[in-house]
Amino acid sequence: MRHKRTAVGAAGAATLAVILAACGGSGGGTSGGSSGSSASGSSAGGSSGKAEFNAAVGKVYNASDAKGGTLRFANSGDWDSLDPADTYYAYSWDFVRLFGRSLVMFASAPGKDGAKLVPDLAESLGAPSDGGKTWTYKLRKGVKFEDGTVVTSKDVKYAVERSLDKDTFPNGPTYFNDSLDLQGYTSPYKDTSADKLALKAIDTPDDNTIVFHLKAPFSGFDYFAQLPSTIPVPRAKDTGTKYKEHVVATGPYMFETNNPGKDFSLVRNPNWDPATDPNRKALPDKITVQLNVNAEDIDNRLLAGDLDVDIAGTGVQPATQPRILADAAKKANADSALVARLWYTAVNGDVAPLDNIHCRKAVQYAADKTGYQRAYGGTTGGEIATNLMPPVISGAEQFDDYNAKASPSGDLEKAKSELQQCGQPNGFATNISYRAERPKEKAVAESLQQSLAKVGIKLTVKPYPTGDYFKLYAGKPAFAKANGLGLMVSGWGADWPDGYGFLEQIVDSRVIHAAGNTNLTVKDPAVDALIDKALGTTDTAAREKTWVDIDKKVMDDAFILPGVWAKGLLYRPPTLTNVFVTDGFQMYDYLALGVKK
Amino acid sequence: MKAPDVGWSPVSRPGPPDVTAAVVVAYLVRRIIGAVFLMVIVSMVTFAIFFLVPRLGGATADDLASRYVGKSAGPEQIHQMAVKLGFTKPLYEQYGDFASSVVRGADYDTGSGIEHCPAPCLGYSFITQNPVGPELLNRVPVTLSLAVGAAVIWVTFGVSTGVISALRKGSVFDRTAMSVALAGVSLPIFFTGLLSLSVLSYGLHLFPPGSSYTPITENPVQWAYDLTLPWITLAFLYAAGYARLTRSGMLETMNEDYIRTARAKGLPERTVVIKHGLRATLTPILTIFGLDLGLLLGGAVLTESTYSLNGIGKYAIDAITTNDLPKVLGVTLLAATFIVVANLAVDLLYAVVDPRVRLS
Repeated sequence: MRHKRTAVGAAGAATLAVILAACGGSGGGTSGGSSGSSASGSSAGGSSGKAEFNAAVGKVYNASDAKGGTLRFANSGDWDSLDPADTYYAYSWDFVRLFGRSLVMFASAPGKDGAKLVPDLAESLGAPSDGGKTWTYKLRKGVKFEDGTVVTSKDVKYAVERSLDKDTFPNGPTYFNDSLDLQGYTSPYKDTSADKLALKAIDTPDDNTIVFHLKAPFSGFDYFAQLPSTIPVPRAKDTGTKYKEHVVATGPYMFETNNPGKDFSLVRNPNWDPATDPNRKALPDKITVQLNVNAEDIDNRLLAGDLDVDIAGTGVQPATQPRILADAAKKANADSALVARLWYTAVNGDVAPLDNIHCRKAVQYAADKTGYQRAYGGTTGGEIATNLMPPVISGAEQFDDYNAKASPSGDLEKAKSELQQCGQPNGFATNISYRAERPKEKAVAESLQQSLAKVGIKLTVKPYPTGDYFKLYAGKPAFAKANGLGLMVSGWGADWPDGYGFLEQIVDSRVIHAAGNTNLTVKDPAVDALIDKALGTTDTAAREKTWVDIDKKVMDDAFILPGVWAKGLLYRPPTLTNVFVTDGFQMYDYLALGVKK
Repeated sequence: MKAPDVGWSPVSRPGPPDVTAAVVVAYLVRRIIGAVFLMVIVSMVTFAIFFLVPRLGGATADDLASRYVGKSAGPEQIHQMAVKLGFTKPLYEQYGDFASSVVRGADYDTGSGIEHCPAPCLGYSFITQNPVGPELLNRVPVTLSLAVGAAVIWVTFGVSTGVISALRKGSVFDRTAMSVALAGVSLPIFFTGLLSLSVLSYGLHLFPPGSSYTPITENPVQWAYDLTLPWITLAFLYAAGYARLTRSGMLETMNEDYIRTARAKGLPERTVVIKHGLRATLTPILTIFGLDLGLLLGGAVLTESTYSLNGIGKYAIDAITTNDLPKVLGVTLLAATFIVVANLAVDLLYAVVDPRVRLS
């Protein structure tokens, strides 16, 4: 997910700048660089009480069941929306589990276990039928809203229905819009039936059963069922765009105060019954969140113990990184975690001579991968990516078709040989675009400019405004072609850590529109066919293997030059208990956290 | 208003006749009409910058709307958003809707129903999907507390330091004060602010951390305590300028003939300095103060950002980074209002401070 919309401008710009900034900086200090899985749960399930670097990666740090205290969060930006139908940030999906219960959720567990789906509002994971076109969930009995009303399957159906209304809730994901057999249904607000539940794609045969009917088989539907849009909404309390000001809780916490754009607080929900909920510890008595807080100030307050968690979960600012890494005591309270994000450069087959695969491969070989990594702050910023899927993606495999490991500063001989085969033995000239307000992308463009020049590929750098990069420039194929953008610096974070969540939006040629694209260059019918194959495979292992095949095929096509698998340097103040990084969101698991009173 | 008796100074020369209440009211009405006219011009220019200029650059309604839809929105959804946000209407109609929302309020579709937003509604945020007016008014107390508190400090310290420096020109106090003032003018708020937070708040724990704010209605003591650091930081910058301004003004005034005359008359030095010297110096300071305070009320951007105070300045910055044009428009109008009002207040105060000035 966004680590939000890599692709969009406006609202994402500021946050993405923060994310970007957080993934870079100076200094070394992590073990990464080669193994790729160094930061993600190798010893999942363990526990540790000793303060040391990466003590909360792959295991629980300061394990505790002690309840009480106030857990203090701060956010450097505003929340996109607290309405479960209208939110698309990783941190938000992590956080909403405190007050809302979706059908399915990511397990509250360290490392790879945290990327596994477990039933939440539902009794068990979805039961597919009709070859994966129909999915049925049975709801747990006894789950109530904060006002004591019993949650029924109709409340879940209503919640999904309203999330379809993109006029009212433009921020949320469109997975249900795209996958359900809507038959023209657009919104419960335009629904003339008495109960506003006229959507035929969802049946509620009884109060505890909900059945989803899809247009086409989709093997990973449980990932959709974990979306916040399946958190039940009582129709009587729905106030449309204003519902975000008081979401009716089903989780262990409910809203006490909410000052939009400023702060809000959560207190215990008296109608949450732990007997219905095996997933939540609910340790703190109260949770406070401050919004729009200066990013540097957040770091200072974390280090001073005036704050418990930077909610964005993307790590400390570049200026703070050396302060932590150079100080042994502070470093012992830090974690370097790989995230499901790839910084990459798209190679445009629409622009000659890059329509020739050998010219594209020449770019792959000639690129200086260490230069790319340096642009993002060296090993603290991330590991050199040899292929697309980051190692935290379930089932991801690493392979190295272009000698990124053997010749990290570029394999010039191979590059020259590819140029010969392309019919451009002396190289060629093209343009490289990047987002103007992002110094790291500028550094990438300049690094590539230097390294590709060694084989005669001359790059002219073209900055474009960050906010409109995908809407009007790089993400608009007609513009990219007309302006000869042969290379386009970009980045992508997974909506969830599986092959579909990471790859689909950047490699499926059928998601390419006239503008606003995140798939900038990958157009290969063979890749599309493999995606269809994966979507129809219900066996998890076989499906994950297919996503690896897709990764390999795109690398073989050389449409994407992978740069860096991003990492974030997270700081956990000693006030926190039960801390661990979950691969589900690649940040601290907010559901598990407690505080020392 | 009657000029006070100040003896044999130029200010005591016979002035125009006393102003009656009717004249004051007429003056006020004229100024207010002028101010409203100015606001309309400001709103039109701002509106044109954000809504007309992109169109002249070739952007279609859908292009504009594409900034406000979610990820992977198709052309149809973008178009729906363009219709919802009013981009498909002619420009004059869009401006009319905006102006009408300011004057009469407006009705908004929340999806589940229609919500009325009373005047001055200031349009509808493209990002938060809330009316801008209430959001903005909600932030006024923060900025007001910050600006007024800081103004009290900087005027008190700035002017008194300037007077003392002028009277003791060349003394250790004068030199020290002017060096500190130079530093104050030169050091940016994001430096002094972060430094004082780091040392006084996170290091010595004397003051609360950033983003602390308690409404004065809730707890006045906590309110003052929370705002002490931001006040001092902001006041430091301004006090420095005021001290230098006062000092040079006082030095000039104290060399005037009428001061020598006043002294020759045997007036106490205190009267000479305060009644004759400082009063003449205050006029230009008051002019600048009006502008400074007006500008600050429109948002103390740097201080609010550094201390994470959710006032109007922070609101403006967030609006700009998210392309939330109605918010930017709202802040611009509010800031313009503050400046106009502050200027009006200053003009009225002139008569009090400087009897040479008469309402005419």
